[in-house]
Amino acid sequence: MQFVHRRRRGAELFLLVLALVVGVGAYAAVGLGVKGRVPADIVSYGGWLAALIVAAHITVRLVAPYADPVLLPIVAALNGLGLAMIHRLDLALDTHYARQQLVWMTVGVGLFVVTLVLLRDHRTLQRFTYTCGLAAIVLLLLPMMPGIGRTINGARIWIHLGPMSFQPGEIAKVLLVITFAGYLVLHRDALALAGRRVAMIDLPRGRDLGPILLMWLVSLGILVFQHDLGSSVLFFGLFLIMLYVATERAGWLVVGGGLFLIGSYVTYLFIPHVQERFQLWSNVWAHYGPGTDDLGRQSVETMFGMAYGGLIGRGLGQGSPWRIPFAQSDFIFGAIGEELGLTGSIAVILLYGLIVERALRAALISRDDFGKLVATGLGAAIALQVFVVVGGVTHLIPLTGLTTPFLSYGGSSLVANWVIIAILLRISDAARRPPPDLSVPEDTDMESTQVVKLS
Amino acid sequence: MNKPIRTVSIFCLLLFLALAVNATYLQYYHANALNDRVGNGRVATATFSRERGSIRVGPNGGTVIAESVPSHDQYNFQRRYPLPYMYAPLTGWYTFGNQTALERTQNNFLSGEDDRLFVNRLVDLVNGNATKGGNILLTINPAAQREAFDGLAALGPDVQGAVVALQPDTGKILAMVSLPSYDPNKLATHNFKQANAYATRLAKMPSQPLLNRATQTTLAPGSTFKILTGSAAVQDLGLNGSSLVPAGPSYRLPQSTNVVHNDVLSGCGVTKIPLTQAMQWSCNTTFAPLAVEVGANGMHRMATDFGFNQSYLEDLPGQAVSRYPTGLDDAQTALSGFGQGSVTATPLQMAMVTAGIANNGKVMRPYVIDSWQSPTSLETLDSGSQQEIPTSPAISPSTAEQLTRMMVATVQGGTATPAAIPGVQVAGKTGTAQSGLKNPDGTEVPPYAWFVGFAPANNPQVAVCVMIQHVNQPTDEIHGGTLGGPIAKRVMEAVLNSHG
Repeated sequence: MQFVHRRRRGAELFLLVLALVVGVGAYAAVGLGVKGRVPADIVSYGGWLAALIVAAHITVRLVAPYADPVLLPIVAALNGLGLAMIHRLDLALDTHYARQQLVWMTVGVGLFVVTLVLLRDHRTLQRFTYTCGLAAIVLLLLPMMPGIGRTINGARIWIHLGPMSFQPGEIAKVLLVITFAGYLVLHRDALALAGRRVAMIDLPRGRDLGPILLMWLVSLGILVFQHDLGSSVLFFGLFLIMLYVATERAGWLVVGGGLFLIGSYVTYLFIPHVQERFQLWSNVWAHYGPGTDDLGRQSVETMFGMAYGGLIGRGLGQGSPWRIPFAQSDFIFGAIGEELGLTGSIAVILLYGLIVERALRAALISRDDFGKLVATGLGAAIALQVFVVVGGVTHLIPLTGLTTPFLSYGGSSLVANWVIIAILLRISDAARRPPPDLSVPEDTDMESTQVVKLS
Repeated sequence: MNKPIRTVSIFCLLLFLALAVNATYLQYYHANALNDRVGNGRVATATFSRERGSIRVGPNGGTVIAESVPSHDQYNFQRRYPLPYMYAPLTGWYTFGNQTALERTQNNFLSGEDDRLFVNRLVDLVNGNATKGGNILLTINPAAQREAFDGLAALGPDVQGAVVALQPDTGKILAMVSLPSYDPNKLATHNFKQANAYATRLAKMPSQPLLNRATQTTLAPGSTFKILTGSAAVQDLGLNGSSLVPAGPSYRLPQSTNVVHNDVLSGCGVTKIPLTQAMQWSCNTTFAPLAVEVGANGMHRMATDFGFNQSYLEDLPGQAVSRYPTGLDDAQTALSGFGQGSVTATPLQMAMVTAGIANNGKVMRPYVIDSWQSPTSLETLDSGSQQEIPTSPAISPSTAEQLTRMMVATVQGGTATPAAIPGVQVAGKTGTAQSGLKNPDGTEVPPYAWFVGFAPANNPQVAVCVMIQHVNQPTDEIHGGTLGGPIAKRVMEAVLNSHG
């Protein structure tokens, strides 16, 4: 008798209620903290949030009943917390990002539902390996095109179409994972086939270095032309991890890691933008306050805020996260650290860790290689992105621009991440679903034959 | 493929672990250092918006001299000083990113950050109340402070001077006044532009109103220093009040052609008089040779024992050190014998010398904070400690006894008669110190008028020092006795009356 996963949809519903409590509770706490009263639109806001979550939950019940029950609640909680935090900054800065973000969340949940409904088997995606790759490269190149490309805060990663602005790199991230997985599933044997053994490590053949070198160049290209340090680290690391998982050869990690170090050093030498970021990180105090260029203000104000938050935080609405420039997008983790304290920071880090853990678990139990690779890739993408952005915000590593998944203000990022969760749920649904009963009902056959024989 | 996926999961675990450890470092281990960093506007604004504790004086803290009142602006609370000019040298002022005097030294306690308020902060946290600062009760006697302030101010609008009163046996500062003063309310206003303009105006005034003349101005103490020279003569040379000492109308400084005269024309005899009489009539021609006889080293040691060349004031910032230099030659030592030459003292220092004599030779460390109290219940959390300065005792009880008698005689029948209080034995000494300075127009800067004394002589409750640096009166009318004596009398009377 084989082990069969339970559906656990009831558990998911219970966790979703908790997530809703986090989201709506935080929204109410923000109102209490800033204005001393619960926001007037708490019912309509909470209702809308609940409707979105219920819609997502019902979709999962109908089309992916065996999917992982933890992922959706975590994402709902993070999204709700992010909305409350953006709303809190809106109140301080007199902006209206939260309303816009709620619209984006609606679009994101919509795409989540569409993805789950249309994508009944994730292996379908394998057919679009090269289409996705082409689309990803086109999307990455779009910001370079004159007319629609825009440079915002030093990075040319935006496109503007009419009133809409969009970061195509976020969508490209999903497409690239699919491309990598499709390519690697086909070529993993060739990649893993031959190699030289140097110093206890299996190094791949020179001709197999082609794809990784190409990827290395693409990520460097993005960095050079778009000034997007974060995305280049993300894409490169993502490809390296997937290559390693597909070939099971640690040699790729050595080669890739070496290339990463060389590439980092060369870019540090020749690209002033990278040098500036590194120097800002190594001595941020020389770039803060009157009499300096003040480039370190974001980092320093974030550190001050998180320190001021201390163990349990100032309470929602009672700190001064508006002192951090762009707190609602890249630096939202700093705002959470200040108002919810170390407790809140660790909770958020744990939630991200759980997402990655559930993604990798789905990869482990997935029955097909393509599913394994996609799930690993998506999980690793979230892990790397969170590390790069949160590490940058908290001054652990040099600052690079990336959004914090589900928390930061930004439509493209939010929508792309909801699609990622949909794909992960689809893969885990396939993995946890009991295997179809392929055994032939032999008895009836035998009986009918015998009946024929008798008659 | 599962083996590398497990490796990847370990790698991801390490990434998240690094984030968690870094967040813990920032928000816990490194948090205090970041909060204390200069330029942290977040903490500065939050502290500034907090209900700061009050500073009070008098029995049961009945008189508030600094408090925070609701302000209905973005900072929530406005610092207010109900008795601004009288207490400004003590309270200082509190404004965004800057504090002075007690507001500065007691900033942590007043703002609620002090460790002694940890439990209160915890209770506030649990109850969801905003952190409140602790309250401070001063040793100041409000009546004495008022007499000192009014007495000094009565000398005219241009007066520059200070009054310090101490409780001899504890070191409690009972009064501390410095004129000219300023209005801390105008510096603490949330209209920062106006505050800056006022601060700039004060800083530019030649009379230096921001200076606390009681602790930050060192001047020649003049004849009040003779109580210290007298102490050395009694202690080191074995003299007493009736010992015959050199006197006369003039004294030629050793190895010099300069001649010293007396301020008073009669009373110092022709050749030799008793020491008490020399004290009564403040004979320079006695104390100059006595100082030479004690010697430069002996004089330096005696001055140091009383607190010269030391820092002892912890409650207020910027205490100036009174100086008695080492290695003086005989001529300089002779000049120092009557408080001229290279010896300089703050009014607080001369009050300590007086209080030391009143307290049987034991010199107490002066302090102004009586107790630190909890924010709302005013429960005493900590009290100011009474201790002698490290060099105490300066003189033996018998020497103190001799000096007290001489000073009582000076008030009963000498230069210090203006300080006499009917029915109370008062000990006192006057001083009129040559400034030795010249005005820009070439005229001499008028002398400084000093007065020191304590009462009652047999059971001292208060020691006081009055110093008048500048007053708008003709030079020949500036005398320590006539100007300082009445003020010292008012202050001593106020203290004695409030003791019942």
